[in-house]
Amino acid sequence: MSRFLVRRLLSAIPVLFGILIVTFVLARSIKGDPCRAILGERATQASCDAFAARNGLNEPIPVQFVYYIGNVARGDLGESLRSGRTVVDILAERLPVTIELAMTALVLAIIVGVPLGVLAAYKHNSFIDVATMTGANIGISMPVFWLGLMLSYVFAVMLKGTPFALPPTNRLDAGLNPMPFYELWGWVVDGQAPNPFWVFFGRFYVLNGLITGNMEVFTSALKHLILPAVTVGTIPLAIIARMTRSSLLEALNQDYIRTARSKGLAERLVVFRHGMRNAMLPVVTIIGLNFGFLVAGAVLTETVFSLTGIGRTLFEAITARDYAVVQGVTLVTAVAFVAINLMVDLFYGVLDPRIRLG
Amino acid sequence: MSSNPREIVPIKLSEDGLGAQRSPLRDTIRRILHSRSAVVGLVMIAFMLLVAIGADFIATHDPIKPMFGVPGEVAPLPRKLPCVPWAGCTEPTHYMGLDQNGRDVFSRVVYGSRLSLFVGISVVAFSLTVGVLIGLVAGYMGGWIEDVLMRAMDVLLAFPSLLLSIAIVSILGPGLQNALLAIGIVSVPVYARLTRASVLSVKEMEYVTAGRALGAGAFRLMFMNILPNILTPLIVQATLGVGTAVIEAAALSFLGLGAQPPDPEWGQMLSESRSLALSVPHLVFYPGIAITFTVLGFNLLGDGLRDALDPRMRGTH
Repeated sequence: MSRFLVRRLLSAIPVLFGILIVTFVLARSIKGDPCRAILGERATQASCDAFAARNGLNEPIPVQFVYYIGNVARGDLGESLRSGRTVVDILAERLPVTIELAMTALVLAIIVGVPLGVLAAYKHNSFIDVATMTGANIGISMPVFWLGLMLSYVFAVMLKGTPFALPPTNRLDAGLNPMPFYELWGWVVDGQAPNPFWVFFGRFYVLNGLITGNMEVFTSALKHLILPAVTVGTIPLAIIARMTRSSLLEALNQDYIRTARSKGLAERLVVFRHGMRNAMLPVVTIIGLNFGFLVAGAVLTETVFSLTGIGRTLFEAITARDYAVVQGVTLVTAVAFVAINLMVDLFYGVLDPRIRLG
Repeated sequence: MSSNPREIVPIKLSEDGLGAQRSPLRDTIRRILHSRSAVVGLVMIAFMLLVAIGADFIATHDPIKPMFGVPGEVAPLPRKLPCVPWAGCTEPTHYMGLDQNGRDVFSRVVYGSRLSLFVGISVVAFSLTVGVLIGLVAGYMGGWIEDVLMRAMDVLLAFPSLLLSIAIVSILGPGLQNALLAIGIVSVPVYARLTRASVLSVKEMEYVTAGRALGAGAFRLMFMNILPNILTPLIVQATLGVGTAVIEAAALSFLGLGAQPPDPEWGQMLSESRSLALSVPHLVFYPGIAITFTVLGFNLLGDGLRDALDPRMRGTH
């Protein structure tokens, strides 16, 4: 197992280095002059020179790249050219919005998608099977942002005034103050900048509302989360349901299933005890691979539901040619992507000995 | 016991009583036509193709021209609700109403099919060509060439595809062509990996060795001996890829990075009327339905092809 672990970890290094190169080149290739984008169209040459010197933009590109790697290694992702805040601060504030959304969507997709897939396989070729798979096919084919717009129309306009009405924008009802736990518990004195780490956790409004005992914030945050989460979760849900179904059907075609049946085991036990265990391997992989859909979905959904997550942040940064923020966001997302795939691989190795030994 | 899903096909006898000649091609077509989802998908795609080709005849109005000053139109024009003659509406016909600029939504949706099909097919043509070349060379050559090419593909795959295409478009500048290029680049690794994996499984086959023994060069071996034998998964992936490309292009247009106004592109239409979604839902409804319909067609065909062409998958779907 440890050899498999080491080999898999080592294979991630060239990819990580490649990611560093790509994020650096991407940020440097954005068209336009950052100075004029930040200081305004009429900035003088002198003030632009000073700006370039201050931000290290005068150095040769390879030197800038070496600085970049050194800084990343120290956990310093630079400062936003526009607001002067550090990129780490910005990420600490905005990442939780996206993570909260993506995680809720993923949990939703798993707890609905897996049972649906099992049901469809269990009742193979029945009406339930056909209906589920038709639904899954439509779910995969819908544009996420359109689904979001339609859901907000149905739940915010058509169902207005009923108990099913849900808010279509923002993370909380207006006027609610989600006091973060570190302020409530007096960990941060007034005027002192809080640790980005605490800010990060404090920005998960649902969790924060729960641990600070503020039920009003908790329920409001949860209510505001439902529509975006359903929107983001639909594609992964459909993919997981299809994968669960086909993988379970394949497992049920195996000889050991025939053996189990022929010894008179109840069909329910055959499916759940013998079939499921072997069918879940591909499902685990698919859940990991859905990260890309979750991020893409979150970016588009944040636009629809006016949430300030990293999707909106990236978008604004690109428009403003804010190099450091563009780099920071793409870097963090790509590294998270690699890390998740790595974890899925390792988990897969734990579940299936053939993989780690092969 | 669940019933065995494998169908039993009786052997057809030809007139002279001997086994009929079964050409592989006819066999394949028969299997495709037996797949319900492939047939439904084909019909849906054929429908969209007809709409795209016949857009000039089907559309009731100019997709770009506002209806202001057109005789017979009754003000106010912007955001007017659908007006269908057989539902008793006596004003000029607008099956899907008018948009915020007073343009006919039905005609815009109809012309949008041209753009979307063009987008889907050209993106796949690009990424398939580049991806297959990379995969063939990597799989056939092996060694450091393979390492370099496939690591580069891994790096591209390490970014969520929409983020990477947003970043690429932001470098190239917004516009439909650049959006196509971005989506094309981002989908290259999928085809490259698939091709390489298939090449590896095929290149030690005896017919390849035979080709080499007869003195065939690398070029001939790659394109004449190997490529035709690994087409199946590529065809399936490319069909599914058209749907993905249509959706991703719509997403970029929705973010304002793809097609620009006044082009009648479905994502662009959604982007323009996004702020009106809660008050004038018909502006948002129809373009979204059109996207879903088109993508669904390609997804169903892709699934059906996989069931029909890939012997390993038979019986599980």
